[in-house]
Formats: sequence, structure tokens, C-alpha cells
Amino acid sequence: MALTKVFTRPDSLRDLDFHFCPGCHHGTAHRLICEAIDYHGIKKKTIGIPGVGCGVFLYNYFDLDVCEAPHGRAPAVATGFKRVLPQNIIFTYQGDGDLGSIGMSEIIHTANRGENITVFFINNSVYGMTGGQMAPTTLPGQKTTTTPYGRDFRTEGYPIRMTEMLAPLEGVAFAARVSLHTPSQVKKARKAVLRALDIQLKNGGFSFVEFLCACPTNWGLSPRQCIEKIDKEMLQAFPLGTYKDRQGS
Amino acid sequence: MSERKILRGCVALAEGAIAAGCRFYFGYPITPQNDIPEYLSARLPQVEGVFIQAESEIASINMLLGAAAAGARAMTSSSGPGISLMQEGLSYMAGSELPGLVVNITRIGPGLGGIAASQGDYRQATRGGGHGDYHLIVLAPNSVQEMYDLTIKAFYLADKYRNPAMILSDAILGQMKEPLSLDPPPLVLPEKPWALTGARGRKAQLIKSLYLADGEMEQHNWHLHEKYRRLEREEVLVETDLEEKMEVLLVAFGSCSRMVHSAVELARSRGIRVGFLRPVTVYPFPRQALREVSREVGKVLVVEMNTGQMWDDVRLSLYPGCRAGLLARPGGGIPAPGQILAEIENLVKAGDGIDESVYQA
Repeated sequence: MALTKVFTRPDSLRDLDFHFCPGCHHGTAHRLICEAIDYHGIKKKTIGIPGVGCGVFLYNYFDLDVCEAPHGRAPAVATGFKRVLPQNIIFTYQGDGDLGSIGMSEIIHTANRGENITVFFINNSVYGMTGGQMAPTTLPGQKTTTTPYGRDFRTEGYPIRMTEMLAPLEGVAFAARVSLHTPSQVKKARKAVLRALDIQLKNGGFSFVEFLCACPTNWGLSPRQCIEKIDKEMLQAFPLGTYKDRQGS
Repeated sequence: MSERKILRGCVALAEGAIAAGCRFYFGYPITPQNDIPEYLSARLPQVEGVFIQAESEIASINMLLGAAAAGARAMTSSSGPGISLMQEGLSYMAGSELPGLVVNITRIGPGLGGIAASQGDYRQATRGGGHGDYHLIVLAPNSVQEMYDLTIKAFYLADKYRNPAMILSDAILGQMKEPLSLDPPPLVLPEKPWALTGARGRKAQLIKSLYLADGEMEQHNWHLHEKYRRLEREEVLVETDLEEKMEVLLVAFGSCSRMVHSAVELARSRGIRVGFLRPVTVYPFPRQALREVSREVGKVLVVEMNTGQMWDDVRLSLYPGCRAGLLARPGGGIPAPGQILAEIENLVKAGDGIDESVYQA
């Protein structure tokens, strides 16, 4: 009896083992983006620009042209690319420290210019690669290596909600927050990624997808406990949904 | 046939960029270089180019990085404080071997300093400026003509060596008007097979500066080093105006060298045998030329609009036994030819006793 292959690795994703920790959602986000690139048939004209953090190794996994960007500067680098190559598809892939802290200026102004690029934002509420320090998205009370007593909003402020901040800007065509902690949420995330790239393909303007993700190593939790934490705590601080989808684009 | 015009330095530089095929400019306003973005914001759309007023110099340099990685000739311009903000991006560009042009119309530092002309960014420009083991290719014009010519040259050198280049100029050269010939070389844009344009018809490519495996980074730095050694062998530009049996050799760069050359002519009219040497590339520095010339002369006078930054390079280059004094104006003041002449006369009278003195104006 012949077997039919019903599930396979996306063509844009190289056949390599991820270096990510067990329970980390970077791998899922990688897969969803590669699936969407395959779906749109844009592998040969897409250029990826990872920021600095665990996501920088995207260049090992994505079978695409990839350019590293300095910490936080991926949207500016992407702007340079897109203005030279307006027919290509340009995306950045940035963590919460990269995008929401050191790169706050670049993300806001790139969105406000309505640059026709797509930004994938990995929010796991902590600095992963540097070893678990407080991120701008760290939850109140969350312990990190630089908030050992828990994040105190009186001295360290509140988690920044990037999707809500960007969505009202005129230049933004699409802004959504999705999560990767359950299969049904992954399905919704897949749609958001497809839509974001579709908007860029139609020259619709700036598109933004925020992924809520787990960082088991730096949260000090098992993968299963991480899923509970996303469900019980992160969804409260970071409500899911499509905050903007400009019609007619 | 070449076209004659009278242009401001900043405008001549912008036209040089256009003539070199640059169609992408990214920049943030700062005095005294605003003539460049203002002019290009009107000029670039006429040649189907792109002008972006970035949100900061940090964004400017990273837009330049992206445009360069996509294979375009692109540039930014700024002045002192803005150039400081660009150092991270410049280090990444050098590490990733990306060409591009950065123009520094310098002002006085440190800090907010002042907006008058200064040469206080010499060290930052010639040493690299950002973190790590790299250099920029740095050209220092001294006329409006050279603002045009050297800008074109800088784009070609940047592409040839896959390294960012800098025009190190100042407020005097940027603002003054002079006649010049617009006589650009035929436009030749080199092939850039390394550029990222989408992996169509070839394997996916990567532009990066991160090398974590054992020994990779050391190998990468030796590779960059070899490029800088080649620049030092093959690309040095120097202007000299020498005499037989010189009593004193004057060394200066940029706008300051114009005053120095006037002083050299004044000294010669008084019967003093004076030589003149001007580094046109300040990196690579004309070490060999200076060493050879200084063999024939015992005394050198360096004149700079800083506290003696190039003086260090001069002293590293001199023939053993030759000594260099310094006439320095580090605060926006311009060393006048008469003042320089007075120091030349003092040096000549001083016999052999020059002791690497600093002459304060």
C-alpha cells in the first residue's frame, strides 16, 4: 500500500534541527512564516532581516537571502532594502528587547512611514539570549535575573503593548497579536502571517504580527507550565486579536 | 566637455554623489551640513532616486546598511554628534563588508560643542570610530572641486574594497562657494554578486558580522586587515609641493591646508625654503611619502584645527631624527597665513632645537 505524505517541512525551511530550547515557540513561528512564504510562492524574492537575540539564527534555518541587523535596527535596515528593491518581499523578525526596548524608535517611525514591509515580533516577556533579564514586556511581578524580586511597576513600569501602540498609526495596514500556545491559536496565527505578507504583496503598507511565545529556560518552567502561564497570565496582559486590518488593500 | 559652475561645497558634494550613481540618501538634520539633505531632497526625485529624512542618525546609517546590502550605491551625511551616533552601524557595515558613503561636515566637539569648522573628528574618522578592528576609507577634500571629485572617488573605493568610506570635510568647505569643473568619469557600476536581491537562480546568501565558531572571528579580522594593508599599498593620495634643501616641511589636511599653502607661498616670497605635504586620504595615511620627504628635512610643522590628532600620525611616519612641531587651533578659529608664517620663521631661527613643541595660537 502506497503511503501519501500529508505533512512535510516547508520548502523555505531547511532540513536542520533547531537549536531552540524544548518548549520554545521560535520554531513554531519559523515554520508558520516559511509556510506562508511557500503559500505565496515568494521564496525567491523574500529577504529576511533578523534582529539580535535567539532569533538571529534564523539565517541558519530559512532558505532565503538573509541580512543581519544591529540590535533594534532591523526596521531601518528593512527600509533601506525595500526602497532599493520595492518588488521584493522584506520582513524583519525581532524579539521584545530588540523591538520594544532598544529599537523602539526604529519600529515606530518605520510603521509611521507606512513602509511596505512585514514585521514579526516575538514576545516572550524576557531577554532570552542574554540569559533572562527584564524585557519591556515583562509582566508585573515576574521574576527575571534583573528583577529578582519581581517587576515592580512603581520603579520598572508596565509591560509595553506594541500591537496596541502601532495599530492607530496611519501608516499601519495590519496589526495583530496571536499566540502559539495551543493548536487552535497556531491556526489563527497562521492566518495572520498569511494576511500580513499578502498585504505587502499588494503594496498595502506596514504589517505587523506579534506572537506570544514561551521561554521555558528563562521562565524556569516546564513547557507544560509555560503553556499555562501564557494562558493564565500573558493573555491577560496582552489580549489577542486583529487590531487593524485596512480593508480594500 | 566639462561643465564649469560655481557651487557651494555641500552642493558640489551632492552632485558628485549623483554623478557616481548614488540614488539613495538617508539623513537627519544637523548643522552645518543641512545643505546636503535639503539639496538632495529636491535633486534625487529628478533622477528617480530616493530621499528619506530618517528619525535619527542611528536609523540613517542602518537604512544605508540595508540599501548597501541590497547592492545600491547609497549615502548619508551628518556632523560630529550625528556621526557619533552612527558608529555602531559603521562597525556593522565594516564587519559585514558593506560599501557606502558617510559624509562628515565636521563641527567643534566634544559634546554639543559648536557649529564652526573644526578638524576634531580626525581620530574618530581614521581609527574606525566604532567597536572592533576596522577602518573606514577616509578622504579629506580641501576645495569645492575636491568635494565633487573625491565624493565620486569615495564611492568607487567603497565598492572596490567592500568597506564604508567617509568624506571628512568641515563647515568651511561645506559652506564656501568656488568655481569647479563637473567632469565626472564614465559611470561604471560594479557587479555585486554578494548583494541580497532574493535567491532567484542561485543559492540563498547571507550578510552578517556574527562569527561564533572557534577561530572564525580571528580569520575574519585577518581578512579585513589584509584589505587595509592593500589600501595602504595601493590607494594613498597625497599632494606635495616641495623644494630643494627645504628648511621646514608643512603638513596639513582639509580646509586648513589652504591657509597653510598660502603661508608656504608667503614664506617662499621671503626666501625661506619651505615644503608642503597634504594627505588627501587620511586613512590610508601617506606614511611612506612622509617618511621619504622627511628624510630630506629636519623640521616639520603640522597645522591642524584640533589639538594635534594628525600630529600623532605624522610623528609615527617621520624619518628618524626628524622632529615635528604643532600649530593647533582647536576651537573654531582658523590659523591665518600670517600666524603660520610667524611659526615657520620661529622654526627656522630655532636651529636644530625643535622639541616637538605645541605652538598655541
